[in-house]
Amino acid sequence: MLHGYLPAILGGLQSTLSVAAVSLLVACVFGLVGAAAKLSASPAANAAALVYTTLIRGVPELVLMLLIFYGGQIAINALADRMGAGYIDINPFIAGTMTLGFIFGAFLTETFRGAVLAIPRGQTEAALAYGLTRGQVLRRITLPQMIRHAIPGFTNSWLVMLKASALVSIIGLDDMVHRASLAAAATRQPFTFYATIALIYLALTTISILALGWLERRYSLGVRKADFR
Amino acid sequence: MIDFGVIAENVPAFWKGLQVTLLLLVITCASGFVLSIPLAVARVSPNPWLAKPVFLFTYVLRGTPLLVQMFMVYHGLAQFEAVRESIFWVALKSPWFCAWLVFTLNTTAYTTEIFAGALRATPSGELEAARSLGLTDGAMYRRILLPSALRRALPQYGNEVVMMMHATAIASTVTLVEITRVARDVYYNHLSAVESFGVAAAIYFVLTFSLAGLFKLAEKRFLRHLRPETSGAL
Repeated sequence: MLHGYLPAILGGLQSTLSVAAVSLLVACVFGLVGAAAKLSASPAANAAALVYTTLIRGVPELVLMLLIFYGGQIAINALADRMGAGYIDINPFIAGTMTLGFIFGAFLTETFRGAVLAIPRGQTEAALAYGLTRGQVLRRITLPQMIRHAIPGFTNSWLVMLKASALVSIIGLDDMVHRASLAAAATRQPFTFYATIALIYLALTTISILALGWLERRYSLGVRKADFR
Repeated sequence: MIDFGVIAENVPAFWKGLQVTLLLLVITCASGFVLSIPLAVARVSPNPWLAKPVFLFTYVLRGTPLLVQMFMVYHGLAQFEAVRESIFWVALKSPWFCAWLVFTLNTTAYTTEIFAGALRATPSGELEAARSLGLTDGAMYRRILLPSALRRALPQYGNEVVMMMHATAIASTVTLVEITRVARDVYYNHLSAVESFGVAAAIYFVLTFSLAGLFKLAEKRFLRHLRPETSGAL
């Protein structure tokens, strides 16, 4: 099937999935830190988080990726040069996942911030009044409820990020898109290969929507929905 | 640090790139807007033969990466001899046409969903009032449902236009010399990221907030009736 290129494409799928998964982890870290900064009482943290989310949302992912990948390469080598180290070649996997994570961390910052704000204040106050520590309030009260509110926004960001991960082929990562272009060039059947990976992406989005929809229903079990009938 | 000589030298190139980006954005949004209105009406139709195919269209286009769609059309269609020998080949071999086609299909998918959502949010009283006045379906959509739905959709539509502006960066992969392509060329000539991608990022940033500002003005104008009354006004 596919002139024997199916294993190569599936290998690329594996690389696409690992890029997306690692980027998601990085994005969650940036998102949680960003949300904490936006919700904190410190004006400096608020301002830093505002600059972060505003800058990221104002520039296309591809341009940010190129800027961070090439700019980061130059900056790190300038630093290495000053410290007397040799030339450092940045691994495109690390560069790609850090960039995607950094970008989508800005989107998750807003999602997580909204999710925390959606929890009624009284719950935190009640928990503190019962003598729970701040850490316990976060672990037992805020985080479990935040997940429910964050899932819709999280699903959206994940889908956008999964699709944006196709761009890492441009900075030289050997992902599914890159594998498809190699196969397309070798067999002169570009449509066959690009259509194949398009279907794979479609399957990935469908699975994501179903899985996260199930998760949302699970986390909303204890919540009664308004019935308009 | 930053070599302003390199930036100054490339101002004309970036200016040309900006024009290409804006032209792509305008032609794409215009065609996407026109196509989305009938598709949104079909999407909310109770007739499954109308609603389901539109859903399939938006689902497939929203579920696959724009880059892959672009490659499928620009590189992919040449695979078929029937396409290469048809009269459409004059258009399909041009990167401009392919970029316009793919961007239009893409933004149409997202915009259709936005407009359909706004149509579904129509207060049922508006619909009942229109029916009780004896308006035909066509008149009802033209005079009541669409004007009110398009207004409601304005904030989300503004977001979509900004997203589309960012998406035009993908045109750099099919030889169109828009802002991102100019930046990549400057980078390869000077090997300096800030003077190339940094400048491009700054241009996109200014464009983003100009567009957002324009849509804020439009919201002020078209959504005036939804604004809370300010104190002091009667």
